[in-house]
Amino acid sequence: MTEPSAAESPVAAAPQTPALALGDDALVLSHRLGEWAGHAPVLEEEVALANIALDLLGQARVLLSLVGNEDELAYLREERAFCNCQLVEQPNGDFAHTIARQLYFSTYQRLLYERLASAAVADERPTPLAPLTPLTAPAAPAAPAALTALAAKAVKEVDYHQDHARQWTLRLGDGTDVSHARMQAACGNLWRFTGEMFQPLEGLKGLEGREELEELDGTAGDAGIDWAALESDWLASVTSVLREATLTVPEGPRNGAWSAGAGRQGLHTEPFGRMLAEMQHLHRSHPGASW
Amino acid sequence: MTARQAGSASTQTTPPALHEHFDDTIARDQRIEPRDWMPDGYRKTLIRQVAQHAHSEIIGMQPEGEWITRAPSLRRKAILFAKVQDEAGHGLYLYSAAETLGADRADLTERLIEGRQKYSSIFNYPTPTFADVGVIGWFVDGAAICNQVPLCRSSYGPYARAMVRICKEESFHQRQGYELLMTMMRGTDAQRAMVQDAVNRWWWPSLMMFGPPDSDSPNSAQSMAWKIKRHSNDELRQRFVDMTVPQAEKLGVTLPDPELRYDEERGRYDFGTPDWAELKRVISGEGPCNTERVARRRAAHEEGAWVREAAVAHAAKQAARAQNGAAA
Repeated sequence: MTEPSAAESPVAAAPQTPALALGDDALVLSHRLGEWAGHAPVLEEEVALANIALDLLGQARVLLSLVGNEDELAYLREERAFCNCQLVEQPNGDFAHTIARQLYFSTYQRLLYERLASAAVADERPTPLAPLTPLTAPAAPAAPAALTALAAKAVKEVDYHQDHARQWTLRLGDGTDVSHARMQAACGNLWRFTGEMFQPLEGLKGLEGREELEELDGTAGDAGIDWAALESDWLASVTSVLREATLTVPEGPRNGAWSAGAGRQGLHTEPFGRMLAEMQHLHRSHPGASW
Repeated sequence: MTARQAGSASTQTTPPALHEHFDDTIARDQRIEPRDWMPDGYRKTLIRQVAQHAHSEIIGMQPEGEWITRAPSLRRKAILFAKVQDEAGHGLYLYSAAETLGADRADLTERLIEGRQKYSSIFNYPTPTFADVGVIGWFVDGAAICNQVPLCRSSYGPYARAMVRICKEESFHQRQGYELLMTMMRGTDAQRAMVQDAVNRWWWPSLMMFGPPDSDSPNSAQSMAWKIKRHSNDELRQRFVDMTVPQAEKLGVTLPDPELRYDEERGRYDFGTPDWAELKRVISGEGPCNTERVARRRAAHEEGAWVREAAVAHAAKQAARAQNGAAA
């Protein structure tokens, strides 16, 4: 029997594209939400959390499929090959931790997908010559074009996720003394994982002056993201929700000393390995089987 | 209003005309609606049945929910998420139907976690392999469909209407379960063995889902007279066997019953006798997972108390603010 070398494995060689990073985010958070099944505080939340998890899993499947085989990517990569941000792999904790994690992540996803989706609209802007010259049409970079299509669909879903997280942040923050304290603690504990989301993704690097570019030639060009603007919009949105919920915006650093950018580079926190062990064990126990 | 109050309010003096109207409605196969007069026994029987049905949906999330985090492909994981979500939704419809009878959802939940109300015996069996997920879809949802399709014509309107919606989703789940088993049977030897093992473990418990034999089912006659139930336990069990045996053949698995054979004269399958003593043990709390199932439900309820209290407190603050705003 010959051992396939790591270099031959399509999985190990998967390029760390934006689709893979965003797909891993959605996959991992979906899995964490799945751990709530049967444990939610009210039945309505069983439905809501499963619904959000299912949306995220759907996004993950589309995104991973842009990179390769979704199941190989999900089940046969080891921890070091996952490039989700560390926020989404954090354990569920109590309901307040789950809500804080969701508020932080959904706000990010909402703002990012909104930008990507508007790039899609710009891409689809009809030009008089386009139908006649399909072969000579400028080839858009494959991943960003597919990403913008996904974003256009997903933005509606993540809008709902963000609203759900916001509503619960208000209820818990501005509920009882106990819920206020728990929500405040959760927001504080997860704060140091929020900076990582704004590390520009390779392939979606900021295009300064992109608008000017569009005006010049009428194309959206690369789906460029202004990451600094994304981050300040995120901070403004989260700050406004926390204040409305009578909570204090955490003061600590938003990047841990070593965690800045780490998840994107395959460096994860300890609970993540155990999560993958559970997620992958059956698939790995039956190599080559289809389900 | 609690169930008890709703019941006693109508026991005092019932004008015969009301009773006659009720009997007549049942006789004409019309629906009883929440505001109609109904006999105490009818109300109590329905509350018990609908609540236990709701509890079954909620407890039933556990054996399959076990596999959400371990599902071996993303497609199966998505299917499981959707199914468990549907079950929570079914629980919600059914608690709503029970509430139209004067029951209170919080009270019914208490009864469940204190072991004072039951849920389907089937969910006290464990799911040690992924094939169990498929077999639950095929057998358990299949049995549920046999039970529930006739309930779409149940005499109580809100229950019958809930069943219409639930049955559509259940038959979808059943097909998905069967399709998983088909895929596994076309797979490796290990996968086929896993399916057969799961079939062996779930067959008899599935037959027991229809309840005790007619000779030992004290509430059945009255429920059928009231048209809450439309068929006896044994009739529904027979229908399930008749439906399932050809599916097993097509799948390529055997059913663990040496007495199973087709009876030409009846045009139906003969089958062996379930272990009724086992059913009694499971129903009385001594099945393999009864303790874990109820403990988990109780833990979720108790650990979630602070969240529910926060939601109530926040709603009260919002209402007070709205009132102050209106007064100002």
